Amino acid sequence: MNDTAKTDKLVSMRQAIAAHVSDGSSVAIEGFTGFICFAAGHEIIRQRRRDLTLIRMTPDLIYDQMIAAGAAKKLIFSYMGNPGVGSLYCIRRAVEKGVPQPLELEEYSHYGMVGRYAAGASRMPFFPLRSYFGTDMIEVNPLIKLLDDPYGTGKIAVVPPLNPDVAILHAQRADRRGNTQIWGLLGMQKEVAFASKHVIVVVEEVVDESVIRADPNRTLIPGLIVDAVVHEPYGAYPSYVQGYYDRDNEAYIAWDKLSQDHGAVVGWLAEWVYGLENHAGFVRKLGQARLDRLKPEPLLAASVDYGRYR
Amino acid sequence: MSELAYTASEMMIVVAARVLEGARTVFVGVGLPNIACNLARHTVAPDIELIYESGVYGARPERLPLSIGDPTLVSGATSVVSMADLFGLYLQRGLVEVALLGGAQIDRYGNLNTTVIGDYHKPKTRLPGSGGACEIAINAQRSFMIMRLKRRAFVDKLDFVTSPGHMTGGDSRARLNLPGGGPELVITDMGVLNFANSDREMQLNALYPGVSPDNVQVEVGWSLRLAEKIDEIAAPSAEELRLIREEIDPSGMYR
Repeated sequence: MNDTAKTDKLVSMRQAIAAHVSDGSSVAIEGFTGFICFAAGHEIIRQRRRDLTLIRMTPDLIYDQMIAAGAAKKLIFSYMGNPGVGSLYCIRRAVEKGVPQPLELEEYSHYGMVGRYAAGASRMPFFPLRSYFGTDMIEVNPLIKLLDDPYGTGKIAVVPPLNPDVAILHAQRADRRGNTQIWGLLGMQKEVAFASKHVIVVVEEVVDESVIRADPNRTLIPGLIVDAVVHEPYGAYPSYVQGYYDRDNEAYIAWDKLSQDHGAVVGWLAEWVYGLENHAGFVRKLGQARLDRLKPEPLLAASVDYGRYR
Repeated sequence: MSELAYTASEMMIVVAARVLEGARTVFVGVGLPNIACNLARHTVAPDIELIYESGVYGARPERLPLSIGDPTLVSGATSVVSMADLFGLYLQRGLVEVALLGGAQIDRYGNLNTTVIGDYHKPKTRLPGSGGACEIAINAQRSFMIMRLKRRAFVDKLDFVTSPGHMTGGDSRARLNLPGGGPELVITDMGVLNFANSDREMQLNALYPGVSPDNVQVEVGWSLRLAEKIDEIAAPSAEELRLIREEIDPSGMYR
């Protein structure tokens, strides 16, 4: 159970990772190609965690970096690519050549992963979905099963619940209790938060509780299930955060080239992760000019009237 | 009208857009399919709603999305939903009329491999995996494949079946009760293939200007069927090329 009574869960990234991610933990840093908390991934590398089971629908650059750093023994996923660019070479090196160490894979389709989170979130024994028929995905993953529908419509595929030890989710804002608001792509963040034993939320802004209460429809994750709140501006760089910053596509393209050589990746990790004290140091090293280029023009929605009833 | 110069990619985009005529919903990927769907919206399918697996319904992207999760898909969209809702309420509910798919390998029945080249447990090349493709191929009402003709892609036998097409042909897909109709067209850089025969086997149906059936056969790893009548598809019009080059993909990213 999370520390629900605690009213102030604001901690540093170092404290949050030290408290909730241990060697051998299963960790889901989620967010569908955006809201990817690179800051948390880098801190896990910096704290030299080992034998993690990394869980993420789209492993993206952050898991490529963590796997190159030797943090993981297993990956649970549904699409392994550098989105819109190409391959994830570090993961491929681990899978194809065992460098720096072998990596066990457990794979699903996207809806299968979403279903695993949904079953985990509502503490159900499985999630039924119309997928996998006639494919080899069933052959290589014994956890995907076909059942007879008890109501007689034929076969249906099922996937088991997934309950990560810890979910790490990036968002625009939260209050100090961890009530978290997200807008833009909602992905699977709600399901993975409720599925996980512990939740760390990482936000661009920490706001007063009144800001949250003024717009309750936007609250995706309640503080009730949140263990730690980390204030980390640009914590999802180089991925997108709706309304705050764009993807730094040059970084994604540069990684495509650099990551093809393990030695170059080791050098990159030394310079950009181990060589820096924290994410604030990373942001300083990047420089404000580069970050300013990623800021979108404003596009405001009309405000809504919730009405006051008393 | 004089001959216009155009690339093979532009021809694929134009053909993919034309076959979306009248479609109401399309499930879109990034890259070339994205350009095709936006071209369709400007031409033959003004009411088409673009659906992205990241959870966007009715996207109106102001730029070419860098990835399937690009915030340009969110800003100005009709609705943004969780992925659980996108796959459950839109796709599995049957609201996706056309899906555009592709892969590293395709066989004669339109089954796709996006998982691995070589043995799964000792891969020669590890590919991205399913993403949403497996359930999209199962649930979309119609599937159109967009792939360049290459012998290493059009193979006699897939190394891995990621997404089911017409399975082993004939009524094998129907017998599994898959809700969607399966592959209908394969749009390539030389011509268009379909599955309009009782075996549901890929057949050459139309060629682009200047291409012969032999040119296609060279790039296919089995003896390719020919439709009774093979049409020639018209080259891109000046307006189609203008829309692609000036409005949809001015940077030429995918051409």
